[in-house]
Amino acid sequence: MLQKTDPLITLTGAGVQRSGKWMVHGVSMSVAAGEIVTLIGPNGSGKSTTAKMALGIIQPDEGVAVQRQGLRVGYVPQKLAIDWTLPLTVERFMRLTGDVNRSEAQEAMSSTDTMHLAQSQVITLSGGEFQRVLLARAIARKPDLLVLDEPVQGVDFKGEVALYDLIKSIRDRLGCGVLLISHDLHVVMAATDRVICLNGHVCCSGTPSKVATSAEYKALFGARASAGLAIYEHDHDHEHLPDGRIRHADGSVSETPTVENAHLHEGGASAKAVEEVGRDAG
Amino acid sequence: MLDDFFTRAILAGVGVALVVGPLGCFIVWRRLAYFGDTLSHAALLGVALALLFEVSITLAVFGVSVCVSLALLLLQRRASLSSDALLGLLAHSALAVGLVVLAFMTWIRVDLMGFLFGDILAVTRLDIAIIWAGGAVVLLALAAIWRSLFAATVNLELAQAEGMRPERANIIFMLLMAAVIAISMKIVGVLLITALLIIPAAAARRIASGPEQMAILSALVGVAAVVSGLFGSLEWDSPAGPSIVVAALFLFLISILPLPTALRRQQKASSKGAD
Repeated sequence: MLQKTDPLITLTGAGVQRSGKWMVHGVSMSVAAGEIVTLIGPNGSGKSTTAKMALGIIQPDEGVAVQRQGLRVGYVPQKLAIDWTLPLTVERFMRLTGDVNRSEAQEAMSSTDTMHLAQSQVITLSGGEFQRVLLARAIARKPDLLVLDEPVQGVDFKGEVALYDLIKSIRDRLGCGVLLISHDLHVVMAATDRVICLNGHVCCSGTPSKVATSAEYKALFGARASAGLAIYEHDHDHEHLPDGRIRHADGSVSETPTVENAHLHEGGASAKAVEEVGRDAG
Repeated sequence: MLDDFFTRAILAGVGVALVVGPLGCFIVWRRLAYFGDTLSHAALLGVALALLFEVSITLAVFGVSVCVSLALLLLQRRASLSSDALLGLLAHSALAVGLVVLAFMTWIRVDLMGFLFGDILAVTRLDIAIIWAGGAVVLLALAAIWRSLFAATVNLELAQAEGMRPERANIIFMLLMAAVIAISMKIVGVLLITALLIIPAAAARRIASGPEQMAILSALVGVAAVVSGLFGSLEWDSPAGPSIVVAALFLFLISILPLPTALRRQQKASSKGAD
């Protein structure tokens, strides 16, 4: 049987066929604990299908999908419509698939800025609020594997960067594996250990910078997309002090940001830190 | 006390209402009203078979309902028809086969009206025992699968991904539905069982803020409908089964009046004050 040190999930030559057509074919990949793996690819390239195979929602028609025994999953699906006939508060929604420690739930809600929504009915939330509640619910489960299917949809760029920061800090805190699905080719966070580029099959994979420069990636998305691929770096180059001054990696402290460090920013979990990036750049 | 037919009717009705309320919530949440209808239509085939083979009507109805549920699951996988078309097909085929079988048994005189509209005033001590014992089993089973069934109702894939085994919960839910149809048929009859499943749940929806709360409220609304319906039937000499449904309808109408909303706001305000 699989041991604790084995990957959380492994796909080996896995594929799904619907009405004689391969939706995704011969995918081999794995996610280990503490690893962030990003699936990117154009619409209809089989990203969600691949994730669903990995989660055991869809059985592969070829190859095998293996999950570690007793794997605890936190899943943020791409689409989730709550029927209006359901009376459901956010607080109850947090406990949907298992009991969640009260303090864990509160921590997850405050990290996603949804604390004030706890007593609201889920159907009254806006798209962005609901997206954050979904994330809070997944985190509060303290999962071994966090699967996020396009978590940044409907989130503006600033929120997107904050979200990537949050995902990284969750990974650091829980030591969980993260499988992230994104159709956004222009922002791939540097915290990603591996990018897998899908187009019905694995067309290339590796570190974000390796994928960005690969010929297959350019062929799939065009050279322009490649040139525009922004890699959000988390270089721990400087730190913002509460009084507004900046401490650099060498320990020196300066009053104003220098041009060199304007775009390199320490990954913090809060939206405030992100706003500061904007100010630094401007 | 059980010698009085009216007391027996109240006991039987209250027992059914307590079980039907929580199950009815899932019928409303999952938009399965037509599924309840299908099972109750098929119940008439169960009655025919029970008379033909001289077995217990409750058991035969349960058996036929289970078969129809499984047939639905199989057809959903195989046939390229939508669920509502399949349900319509199953409901009316089973009803028609039941009526044909009944008509062939010329040696048996069947009170068809009794099965269509129920005969709560004729319940026996054995019926009451079956309702309360069967109902307790159904409620315990529902409590056991509650979390996974509710998670699957909110989102099937989410429940599946997070290890809730929703398929198992769905099949158990279908069996429970079949059991409830079988034990409640005598109370309101096959034509009105769906009403008893849906109306109390619909009345509870306006007042409830959580699923568990809605299940309990729905059971209480059902109990109120049974008691007031039966007393109404006694007072005005109206048929008992339909009177219960009419009472449930009145409770639903009361629930959609603006008053409960005002009450709920008041409750919310006072609970906020308590925090």
